[in-house]
Amino acid sequence: MNWRWIASNLDTIRDALIQHVQLTGLALLFGFLIAFPLALLAIRWPRLYTPSLALTGVLFTVPSLALFILLMPFTGLSMATSLIGLTIYTLLILFRNIVQGLRGVAPDVREAARALGYSRARQLFGVELPIALPVIVAGIRIAAVTIIGMVTVTALIGQGGLGRLFITGFTLDFTTPLVVGFVLSVALAVAVDLLLVALLYWLTPWQRGVRG
Amino acid sequence: MNDAFSELLAGVIRWFGDPAHWSGAGSIPAHTLKHVFYMLISTVIGALIALPIGIGLGHSGRGGLLAINITNIGRAVPSFGVIIFVFLLVGYGLVPVIVALVALAIPPMVTNSYVGMREVDPAVRQASKALGMTGWQRLTRVELPIAMPLIMAGVRTSAVQVMSTATLAAYVGLGGLGRYLIDGLQLRDMAQVLVGAILVALLAIVTELLLALLQRLVTARGLRGRQGSAE
Repeated sequence: MNWRWIASNLDTIRDALIQHVQLTGLALLFGFLIAFPLALLAIRWPRLYTPSLALTGVLFTVPSLALFILLMPFTGLSMATSLIGLTIYTLLILFRNIVQGLRGVAPDVREAARALGYSRARQLFGVELPIALPVIVAGIRIAAVTIIGMVTVTALIGQGGLGRLFITGFTLDFTTPLVVGFVLSVALAVAVDLLLVALLYWLTPWQRGVRG
Repeated sequence: MNDAFSELLAGVIRWFGDPAHWSGAGSIPAHTLKHVFYMLISTVIGALIALPIGIGLGHSGRGGLLAINITNIGRAVPSFGVIIFVFLLVGYGLVPVIVALVALAIPPMVTNSYVGMREVDPAVRQASKALGMTGWQRLTRVELPIAMPLIMAGVRTSAVQVMSTATLAAYVGLGGLGRYLIDGLQLRDMAQVLVGAILVALLAIVTELLLALLQRLVTARGLRGRQGSAE
């Protein structure tokens, strides 16, 4: 480890980290904004579920670099290419877990909400969504950790967050930037994962003590 | 549709149509075979290591914390970084790259086979014990067949992941279809890059479908229709 390199490149490292967080956060946000309505449609019309799962599953199978490149004719070497690709990768995990979570709500709970005169929207956001939260957050955790690793690949198409440090290390034949990028990427994944666990704990006070 | 786009599309079609790309060392069939070879060898070696561990832990009920979390840990490790790290440490070599691919293939197979073994209904376990089956008989005739769908789901996840990472490993010199992507990006030859991306995507989808079929074939008839993944 060359500590002097780290000290003199703090700005580069900080920018890479910021871009990494941005790409991850935006991909999760857009992924959720697409997967949530899709999940509601799949629950309303169960016939949509299997095709939606198959489509997101096929997209998830395509190797990340290939997917990014297939987007390039439309969006070029821009941040949009990375962002669209990363968003596509979140869809399978988020869609599957949102549907599973909402389907896991006990029918008598749903009936009780209806009997109390809840509107459909209030029933969804006030009753079903809170009950489904543990499964949905479990999906967000998997998606977040997966995306954090995948952002580094976008270094090959001009973005990359901490992945840029991998390229720097490769080009200079120098392990320090690589180790810095690697350690920060894993640390970011662990931190985001723990943050989501804490968020779930905070959002579901009735669950405390029920599960470990 | 604009001119640049149709120009690019024509370039891709020309590239596919050129007979020079269909025979010889750097041809599409040669690169595809290499890619499949890397995927097979890494997944098979990974399975030979991971499945006995996952199945053994699941059968004995020990080491669950490790078996379940190893996939989460593996997910946080950026495989692109692992590949470059191996390259910087030992230089380019087929063996180091394959070792890295094997290491990345292990976690999903350990977790899925562990969960598959743990999900065997305790009543079924007891019934097989009551029938006087030995430990080995219970494992091979009762528990393994029931766990098979999840074990295969793990193999599928690993194989697809290895295929993706093998593509990235072209960056440090590995052959296979990743060459088209990496070389094309370097040369700014978009037609070649797109050809590579299309081939890699198709190969991954075909692999996934074949493994899904295999998963169905190795699943006992009475269990079909309840396949899934422990991811």
